[in-house]
Amino acid sequence: MNAPGHPASVVAVALVVLATVLVGGFGLRISRTTSDFYVASRTVRPRLNAAAISGEYLSAASFLGIAGLVLVHGPDMLWYPVGYTAGYLLLLIFVAAPLRRSGAYTLPDFAEGRLESRQVRRLVSVFVVGAGWLYLVPQLQGAGLTLRILTGAPGWLGDVLVASVVVLAVAAGGMRSITFVQVFQYWLKLTALLVPAIFLVLAWQGDGQPRVSFDEQASAFRADHPLYATYGLIVATFLGTMGLPHVVVRFYTSPNGRDARRTTVAVLALVGLFYLLPPVYGALGRLYAPELIHGGDADAAVLLLPARVIGGLGGDLLGALVAGGAFAAFLSTASGLTMAVAGVITQDVLPSRGVRHFRVATVLAIAVPLAGSLLVSRVPVADAVGMAFAVSASSFCPLLVLGIWWRRLTPPGAIAGLLLGGGSALLSVAITVSGAVRPPGWPHALLAWPAVWSVPVGFLAMILVSLATPGRIPPGTNAAMTRFHLPEALTSGRGR
Amino acid sequence: MSAESTPRREVVTGEPRRVRPLPRYRAQSEIDEQTALGGAYVRSLMRSQLRAGLTAFAGLALAAGTLPLVFEALHSNAVVWAVLGFATYPPLTLAGWWYVRRAERNERDFARLVEGRPAP
Repeated sequence: MNAPGHPASVVAVALVVLATVLVGGFGLRISRTTSDFYVASRTVRPRLNAAAISGEYLSAASFLGIAGLVLVHGPDMLWYPVGYTAGYLLLLIFVAAPLRRSGAYTLPDFAEGRLESRQVRRLVSVFVVGAGWLYLVPQLQGAGLTLRILTGAPGWLGDVLVASVVVLAVAAGGMRSITFVQVFQYWLKLTALLVPAIFLVLAWQGDGQPRVSFDEQASAFRADHPLYATYGLIVATFLGTMGLPHVVVRFYTSPNGRDARRTTVAVLALVGLFYLLPPVYGALGRLYAPELIHGGDADAAVLLLPARVIGGLGGDLLGALVAGGAFAAFLSTASGLTMAVAGVITQDVLPSRGVRHFRVATVLAIAVPLAGSLLVSRVPVADAVGMAFAVSASSFCPLLVLGIWWRRLTPPGAIAGLLLGGGSALLSVAITVSGAVRPPGWPHALLAWPAVWSVPVGFLAMILVSLATPGRIPPGTNAAMTRFHLPEALTSGRGR
Repeated sequence: MSAESTPRREVVTGEPRRVRPLPRYRAQSEIDEQTALGGAYVRSLMRSQLRAGLTAFAGLALAAGTLPLVFEALHSNAVVWAVLGFATYPPLTLAGWWYVRRAERNERDFARLVEGRPAP
């Protein structure tokens, strides 16, 4: 592969890494209390918080993966960005305000606060760590791919580089600093795709606007049951967003429930705006980098196009901008996830609490996925992320929706739903990644896109077992419901 | 991030917090003490919020459920491209905006009910 190995790209990556560490360090100066450290003292206003959430959310899967999938498999893959966006609408209408009003720091806190059970808390912690690690692996692998294409460096170097920078930024500043890092990185990512896209489209018009063809025989079929796969993708991404640990933790940084809602609408707009861009790269990649269709590394399309289409110094500089944006994507998502996973490890695994232990947990939180990214063979990033969404949709989504809206949820019900829904999704993903069941055939389709059946299993198990154990309804249920749903102004007199 | 987000450092003192101020309104004390009547108030708010959420959810589910079938029937990449690439994002944001307005109105109505003020 002829790499756009211009020194400008390396400089751009170095600048992004440096800026991340510096902005993180700036946060360290103002991050004084434990509350600052974990939830930025709950003072982040909607517009700032929305940019931070979007910056954290737009990962390697969005920045590189979508264009690569569209390039190889055609426009049906656009369900990915639509699902990544629509997930926020569901988060908004069922979860955002009550979750903020629950007053908990993390998903395990929410589970314990609502169900008054240490057991449920521990199980939720396991799933948070599992989903977080599943989501971190493709981020690190994407970094490895990018650095290899830019510099020819061995594949593991990018993985290790991103992991190290994340440890520095997160362990140093915590949530306050991460908020500023994420805001900066949202705008960087948008610019890094928007500016080159404008030049690419101009160059395409200069070429006489050749038609992009996605005719059937050229499109490699991705599944032997494409309609089922599409629905699997829709269910996983629509329902999975609300439970992603790094997304959820950001809602606790809103001042109140009303602001949490307004934040989510702003996120919908910002994320939607970003997703207009990757398809452009996918379509132009089809035209200008057709060898990627069969060549494997389709995730590299976004990185290769500027040098390929525009060429010269301009192409190199635009390529450098894209490379910088890609690194911003790895760093922001990886630090958000590491933050969330480390928070859970600190509270539920390590013996005593405190900021020093949090730093130990940070190293632990990223070391395991780093080992995974180096050992496991590469799956296309968007697919790998899709699996994390499926696990989240089958475990956290039932827990959050039923926990917030249904008074008869019991701890045994929650445990059954988490184990049957989330457990079966996790198992399916593991079997798919291990390659034990291969396409074609229904067994592979069912395991690779589990959400269609595992989400109903999760909900049903939670509801049926709860109905069978009516004696175990937590005594504080009514108080919890009141706290979740009443506007803060009406509850301010009471203890939080 | 803009310059105005860097706060000036200054000492801020809040008004002293009372542990448990007396409820200002009868309905609020019903809610605070979790009486049957208070529970009914909370349930009515939850119902109206859930209704708003389910309305938005029904619209989304209808669209997401039928679109893949429509695409399958039409067999036209240009349509898939136009709908999924561009046309879905504005309606998603508008649906979110609509829901927020409904939810905040529900909360205002509820506050008015609790405080015993008449509807405007």
